[in-house]
Amino acid sequence: MSDLSLTHPGPVGARADAFRARAIQAQTRPSPYGPDLDLTTFSHPAEQQRQRVDALRSLEQQIREAASLAGIDSEEANRAASYFQIDYSSIYERIQRRYQGQLELMTTAEALTSYDWLWDYWWQAVAVDQDKYTAAVEMAQTGGFFLRVFAGQRVKEAIQACLLVQENNISQNVHNVIMIEEGADAQLITGCTLHPRVETGLHIGVTEVFLKKGATLSETMIHNWAEGFHVRPRTGVIVEEGATFVSNYILLRPVRSVQAYPRVFLRGAGARAQFNSIMVGLKESLIDMGTYVELTGQGTRADAISRAVARDRSTMYLRGELVGQHNESRGHLDCRGMLLSEHARMHAIPELLADSAPRSQLSHEAAVGPIAEEAVEYLMTRGLSRDVAISTLVRGFMQIDLPGLPEILTKHIQRVLAATAEHSL
Amino acid sequence: MDTSDILQLDEVSIEVGGRPILHDVSLRIRPGETHVLFGPNGSGKSSLLMAIMGLSRYHMTKGRILFQGQDISHLPVDERARLGVGLMQQRPPSVRGIPLGQLAEVSAQGKNGKRVAELADQLGCSALLARDVNVGFSGGEIKKAELLQLMAQQPALALVDEPDAGVDLDSIAVVGQALACLVKQPSAGAVAPAALIITHTGHILNYLRADVGHVLYGGTLVGEGEGLHLLEEIRKHGYGKCPICRSHIPVQ
Repeated sequence: MSDLSLTHPGPVGARADAFRARAIQAQTRPSPYGPDLDLTTFSHPAEQQRQRVDALRSLEQQIREAASLAGIDSEEANRAASYFQIDYSSIYERIQRRYQGQLELMTTAEALTSYDWLWDYWWQAVAVDQDKYTAAVEMAQTGGFFLRVFAGQRVKEAIQACLLVQENNISQNVHNVIMIEEGADAQLITGCTLHPRVETGLHIGVTEVFLKKGATLSETMIHNWAEGFHVRPRTGVIVEEGATFVSNYILLRPVRSVQAYPRVFLRGAGARAQFNSIMVGLKESLIDMGTYVELTGQGTRADAISRAVARDRSTMYLRGELVGQHNESRGHLDCRGMLLSEHARMHAIPELLADSAPRSQLSHEAAVGPIAEEAVEYLMTRGLSRDVAISTLVRGFMQIDLPGLPEILTKHIQRVLAATAEHSL
Repeated sequence: MDTSDILQLDEVSIEVGGRPILHDVSLRIRPGETHVLFGPNGSGKSSLLMAIMGLSRYHMTKGRILFQGQDISHLPVDERARLGVGLMQQRPPSVRGIPLGQLAEVSAQGKNGKRVAELADQLGCSALLARDVNVGFSGGEIKKAELLQLMAQQPALALVDEPDAGVDLDSIAVVGQALACLVKQPSAGAVAPAALIITHTGHILNYLRADVGHVLYGGTLVGEGEGLHLLEEIRKHGYGKCPICRSHIPVQ
């Protein structure tokens, strides 16, 4: 088994104390983006271990349905492994027999106990003192998973991880670590979702991803929240030489607020990142999403595509920042928003920075606007009614390739998109 | 009124953005007839086609439009399409996320869906079926894509805007032969289909018989004759002194 230790000095205890000290300093630090939340309004009921299950299909139907809306298959068909957390407790971790020896999937608490070297990565892709949300995860972590794919292993079927909130008005503070070792290849579906009785609450998800030389990870995150729920993902990805990170993000349900600005560091030569986001702003949703990529290695490449549809009284911020730090690096942001309501707001904020690398090639295209009347009438000349023409155009607008997805999930997403487009009238 | 007419325009006047474009245009097209519309740039030819289709920018201020005897002056675009009016635009919009094949199936309105692949093969545009409609298409590809949808629809009245503009000679042959096919075959409504075609160069008339030609000038129909003959006169004398036109038109 590979030794993943880095050359960080110092005993584990001292490092843990240092993280704690930095978190204390950041406890009241607001995020520069998104509405500031008062974290004291969310309750922290006494740790209560939810009952573990032997199979996901034995979960109650409402939970299985909520999971399914976030892309999680409780039958575990075509899944290599599954992790399932409810509120603060992991209730299920399983690796299919045919994938034993290829990967590990456990709680981060267990992984920290098992592997001293994990401390070399802990809070290295995301800063513990980034803001009050990362600080809250350090101060009061409530679960999270550790996924490790061993060197050279190509995991053919998707691994799924579900983080579900069942209790009203709690703060679920998870810290996940994903380690894809040299030359390994995996697909991960992360489903973040709510029991239907949950009206309000907070999910803070810290996810630190490490892609070793030549590794590939396709991560698909599907968010399924509620009108009163707040979400603050904090993601950092470190991509080494020749490794590829693909991220698909899908948000098709209302939320009170979600703010995330994942940071990706393309450090190794030839490292690549690709982002595809499909987001629909519904009701009073405030959605503030971005992608930050540093292109440090030679021949690095980043592409970020986002499609956003704003309805009702939603507000959407579409951010992106590419930082070219190597003359042989290339990046492109493609960000389009469609407004379907007089009361919706949409800001597209693409930023490019050539940082001491004048030959770095960075570009962006951003557009926000209503649905094109000319296109609506064009479809009507083919016999489609106005309503069907509009829903067809909305569906088409949100149609982007989502690479690395199992076919079954692609079909599921297409069905949800179709239903969303039809409801958009 | 003769209910056997495919199209009858009675003194139709059209405004675009509050600006009068067409004045008192009257026209009759019978089943199986191909009419050609000539006229200098800006004379209102495309506006006339768009107005017959019912596009919202083209506001009818006077007159009425009858299609197979039914007054369609106030019908929305999609209802006109379902009755059997088809439009091939010169500069159609690009539509992201909708493959051409899908829109062609939609155009067939359930009648002719199986034939889309066959028609695309005939037009030599099978490779376009999976691509988003008109996104990154060349001039010739746009014509073929428009024609594919029109052929799938099998309209009783095809409104065709400059099928021969900006197209190489090989593509003009394909487009011309396909249009000839379109007007020869009975439409979905089992009526001998008719067409109203705009052309500047007349290249398309090497493939199609033009029963009637019209000259539109300054928003008014000023002359009518057998298609090829009218084109010859315009070529010889220009629009200004074309003897078929009602009055000699001052050269612009």
